[in-house]
Amino acid sequence: MGISAQKTINHVFGYIGMAILVIIIGVPLLWLVSGSMKTNPEFYTATPSLIPERIHLDNFYKAWNQASFGSYYINSIVTTLIGASAEIIMAVTTAYALVFVRFPFRNFVFVMLLVALMVPEQVVILPNFLTIADMGLLVTSSRDLSTQDYIRGWLAIILPGASIAFGTFLLRQYFRTVPADLVDAAKVDGASHWTTMMNVIAPVATPAIATTGLLSFTAKWNEYLWPLIVTFSDRLRTLPIAMRRLLDAEGNAEWGVVMAAAIFVVLPVILVFLYAQRYVVDGLASGAVKG
Amino acid sequence: MFVTAASFKKTFRRDWRDWITFVLFAGPNLLLFVIFTYYPLIRNFLLSFQEYNPIIDKGEWVGFNNYVDILIQDTQMTRIMQNTLVFTVSVVALILVLGLLTALLLNQKLRFRNGVRSMLFSPAVLAGSAVAVIWLYIFDYRFGLFFQVLKYFGINSPKWLLDPQWAMISLIIVYVWKNLGYATVIYIAGLQAIPADLYEAARVDGAGAWQRFRNVTLPGLSPVTFFLGVTSVLNSFQSFEIINVLTRGGPVNATNVLVYRLYEQGFTEIQNYGRASVVATLLFVIMFILTLIQLRAIERRVSYA
Repeated sequence: MGISAQKTINHVFGYIGMAILVIIIGVPLLWLVSGSMKTNPEFYTATPSLIPERIHLDNFYKAWNQASFGSYYINSIVTTLIGASAEIIMAVTTAYALVFVRFPFRNFVFVMLLVALMVPEQVVILPNFLTIADMGLLVTSSRDLSTQDYIRGWLAIILPGASIAFGTFLLRQYFRTVPADLVDAAKVDGASHWTTMMNVIAPVATPAIATTGLLSFTAKWNEYLWPLIVTFSDRLRTLPIAMRRLLDAEGNAEWGVVMAAAIFVVLPVILVFLYAQRYVVDGLASGAVKG
Repeated sequence: MFVTAASFKKTFRRDWRDWITFVLFAGPNLLLFVIFTYYPLIRNFLLSFQEYNPIIDKGEWVGFNNYVDILIQDTQMTRIMQNTLVFTVSVVALILVLGLLTALLLNQKLRFRNGVRSMLFSPAVLAGSAVAVIWLYIFDYRFGLFFQVLKYFGINSPKWLLDPQWAMISLIIVYVWKNLGYATVIYIAGLQAIPADLYEAARVDGAGAWQRFRNVTLPGLSPVTFFLGVTSVLNSFQSFEIINVLTRGGPVNATNVLVYRLYEQGFTEIQNYGRASVVATLLFVIMFILTLIQLRAIERRVSYA
């Protein structure tokens, strides 16, 4: 058998394999999209179809209005944007300080960071809940909330996750590869650390910062356990928690509405991912391979 | 060399400025670590020796009572540890094997491979809770997708999430579906990092495809496999939302794992903070040891390189 015949066979198997993958990953996603457009009778039938009978947006309308998904969006957007911004800023400044600023306890600080990297959220969730309660940030009232209540509720969701070990670690590794000449040249020119960070380091490290930011954004947006624990008032719920409550309330009765809610949850992440997936995928991969 | 008073003053002033900068740059992050990582770690440990009363916000020392309750008296604990082990070993093994296979597939020069790679990765960025909702419907034993497909082939569908025998398998399917693409992406990067001349040399030596895979690819991937193995184990220990949405640890504790037990003890009707802290401590010790092993191995790799 010639080499080219072997190659053709490999290619055929390759495309078959890819087709199987596309089906395995794609069908559940398609099932979600089609489910969000189905009417109830279409769900409870012995022969459901992957394609809904017609484009039917009532479920989205119902989820948005009955379950006030508008306000959940605001909660998710506020907590994600503030939380992720805080993480990115702190990751950049901490990593810069660890690499370029002289300080006697620098190594100790780095070890502190490494240890924090090993502490999973779940382990500290109970004491953190008590801390947030002690800080007076738990909003238990179920009535209309004042602006102050919203701020307290958002802070309760944001605060424990605002520090960032993984991103700082990732950026520190990246900053160490920046040629020292660049920083020295800036110093000779009399630039302050702030200017050096903003004008010399940040532009060079943009891909790494983008990766950190995107990971942080998706993690905050998808966050489940912590907001589940600290949001008592319906008005403070983030999207994933609201979807879960909707599932409890409607569950088997209104599958389409729950599916529409699930789309509300995943849509922003999908849009961001489609636009910037290169940063997420390549950033993660290079981080793992370089170790 | 003389250290004149003037030069000392100058260095000191410069150092002092650097210190202020360091504190301003790294301080807020560190402060948050102290409040929300280090302090709670200690408080969790202390709580595990207390009977805590949430209403008056006070704990009473009870020695090792909570440990006895959880580790010895709790009849479900053996089951929960078993479940944790079965879940972790299954998902990690499946993710590593399938991740490698899909990476080998997508590392070939095929059309659309980048598109397929992105698609395979996409479930990893979706909210676990939303993914679980999709699968809740797929697993429905009367109207779900699996039921339909099996019926087409004349097979009776199991009751998936409602059947203690199948519930764990269902969770494993969902978890692997969601997280496979991450392993694929990392493995592809690992494959591309293996120098091409190694393959060339093996080919010159007359090694066949299988021998090249055994002797070049697999050893070349071992650091990546190790990294993926440990991170997958740690991630699987933390898998909460899929369980919370799909089974809530049931039926009859068939899918209850450590992290879910922690939630049950601390935040559902039971609300026993002392016992929840024991479970958290247990979880932490296991994960800490695993992370240390990983760090050691990475260190060794770097020093050999």
